[in-house]
Amino acid sequence: MKNLSSALASEVAKLVSVRLWWVLALIMVGYVAVVAGGLATVFAGIETGKIPGGEAHGLPPGFPLTTTVYSFATSIGYVFPVLLGALAATAEFRYQTLTPTFLADPRRGRVLVAKSLTLTGFGAAYGVIALVGSMAAGGLAIALFGLDPAFLSDEVLTLIWRSIIVMALWAAIGVGLGVLVPSQVAAIVIVLAFTQFVEPLLRTAAGFIDWLEPYGKFLPGSASDALVGSSVFTIMGGSTAQLEWWQGGLVLLGYAVLATVGGFFTSWRRDVT
Amino acid sequence: MTAGVPLHFNALSKRFGDVAAVKDLTFTVEPGRVTGFLGPNGAGKTTTMRMLLGLVTPTAGTATFDGIAYRDLPSPMTTVGAALEAASFHPGRSAFNHLAVYARAAAIPLEAARVALERVGLAEYGSRRVGGYSLGMRQRLGLAFALLGDPGVLVLDEPVNGLDPEGIKWTRGFLRHMADEGRTVMVSSHLLSEVAQSVDEVVVITHGELAHTGPLSSLDMTETREVLVDGPDRGSLQNALTEAGYLVSELRSGLLVSGAEASDVGHVAFAAGVELSALSQKRSGLEDSFLALVGEGGSL
Ligand SMILES: Nc1ncnc2c1ncn2[C@@H]1O[C@H](COP(=O)(O)OP(=O)(O)OP(=O)(O)O)[C@@H](O)[C@H]1O
Ligand SMILES: [Mg+2]
Repeated sequence: MKNLSSALASEVAKLVSVRLWWVLALIMVGYVAVVAGGLATVFAGIETGKIPGGEAHGLPPGFPLTTTVYSFATSIGYVFPVLLGALAATAEFRYQTLTPTFLADPRRGRVLVAKSLTLTGFGAAYGVIALVGSMAAGGLAIALFGLDPAFLSDEVLTLIWRSIIVMALWAAIGVGLGVLVPSQVAAIVIVLAFTQFVEPLLRTAAGFIDWLEPYGKFLPGSASDALVGSSVFTIMGGSTAQLEWWQGGLVLLGYAVLATVGGFFTSWRRDVT
Repeated sequence: MTAGVPLHFNALSKRFGDVAAVKDLTFTVEPGRVTGFLGPNGAGKTTTMRMLLGLVTPTAGTATFDGIAYRDLPSPMTTVGAALEAASFHPGRSAFNHLAVYARAAAIPLEAARVALERVGLAEYGSRRVGGYSLGMRQRLGLAFALLGDPGVLVLDEPVNGLDPEGIKWTRGFLRHMADEGRTVMVSSHLLSEVAQSVDEVVVITHGELAHTGPLSSLDMTETREVLVDGPDRGSLQNALTEAGYLVSELRSGLLVSGAEASDVGHVAFAAGVELSALSQKRSGLEDSFLALVGEGGSL
């Protein structure tokens, strides 16, 4: 265990000694705050009748304003921990730092476990940061319309801890993807194409195509929403059946483990030349 | 410092697909000596070193530190320090942080990172990001990485590549000093001249196969000794030497006398009363026999 703690300390040092993590975190918090604040204004305006004629476009019943708005932290923010994990893993290949890494610690499996755990921790921190963005901006907008931001309600507290878990798991998935696809450019393209295009399309399709329907809930984005329990995509996506929250967590964990183990055998154990 | 240990290469082979990069290499590198690992481009030097360091898996054979494979060393970084030719740095990380990352992984105190930077003359650049480093500075940082654990074995791949003359001279002295302390020093190069002044032993490979191994002097087999001589009256000088039975050829910079000692040539000139402006012994034996071993144009 002593050596795992050394490996963890090294992986943390790798992350904090380059600018990537806080640059990504800044972009994330800005993006989440703008979207959450903007849509909170719209929904709160409709709910309080301040935006005339908007009733038809308000939140459907069963989607409370607060948790829906705060969940933008994960529903749009989740791509950032994935990117962080994928970039951290692919950087080792791109800059050939696997050489000093494996010289300092030739137990490659241990290094990968340490990297995955470290990024999981950073993913959780990203969860906190993203929630600060969505709750500060969204809560402010809600409060400005005279509504209760309900920061400490049971629903919101549940959303908070599950959001943190979900962001942690997404970062671990990012590491898995990065070792599975060591080319940094390819990994970025896959993350963006899958999260922004392929998955939303598949989820929508699963809502309409019968034979796809049973599998839709196992898509990582669906599993993620199931774990968080609230997301705009479940409103828009024609809402197919969802997993239980803990099942969603297990599905995400499964993706992370599968990708990481797959990457270990395909790229991580290969000759470093 | 940990004690130097011998490096044993035993029937080591590596294939990359169709390319047989290293073929059945067997030799030993002893502590207390600087061993030059020589061969032309593509001979398999880097591949051999990477197999020793557990970065490349051999197709057959073993490479060990006195019988222990790299991955089984109880404390690899304090046993072996390695600097490999590829620049392996994150450009956005400072030199100090680069070293600190790996010191942490190997559970070496961070103070060692500062000391290592100082030893290679990078102390004042430690907080600069490596992306802005020159080739020579990167080489030095690579060496600093090797020194992190104050190891008894140094494995260096082309360490003087890209260094300025002062850096080369410093590195030579440094390697000598390390060997004198009883460490094992294995240093690769594709140029004999680069290391001839500082190595005790040579291991020459070509096309992945062992071509020669032994003390540096054992390379000097051809014993071709030549003298370069010149004077204001080149014609008389040439006549005197030819009469004395020497084979003389004219170069732009003077006369090249084959199979001669400088003292004999000087004597001939003195006896003939010819004035000299230059007289020097050329020892082309080492380089020639190295080239003869590795073949013209290398193995590429
Ligand atoms: N990853 C790889 N895949 C395929 N072939 C490789 C790989 N690495 C090395 N080789 C081949 O193995 C042979 C030996 O290469 P190596 O890098 O060990 O030579 P070297 O002696 O270090 O050369 P140089 O002096 O140019 O550094 C070469 O033919 C090279 O093309
Ligand atoms: Mg090489």
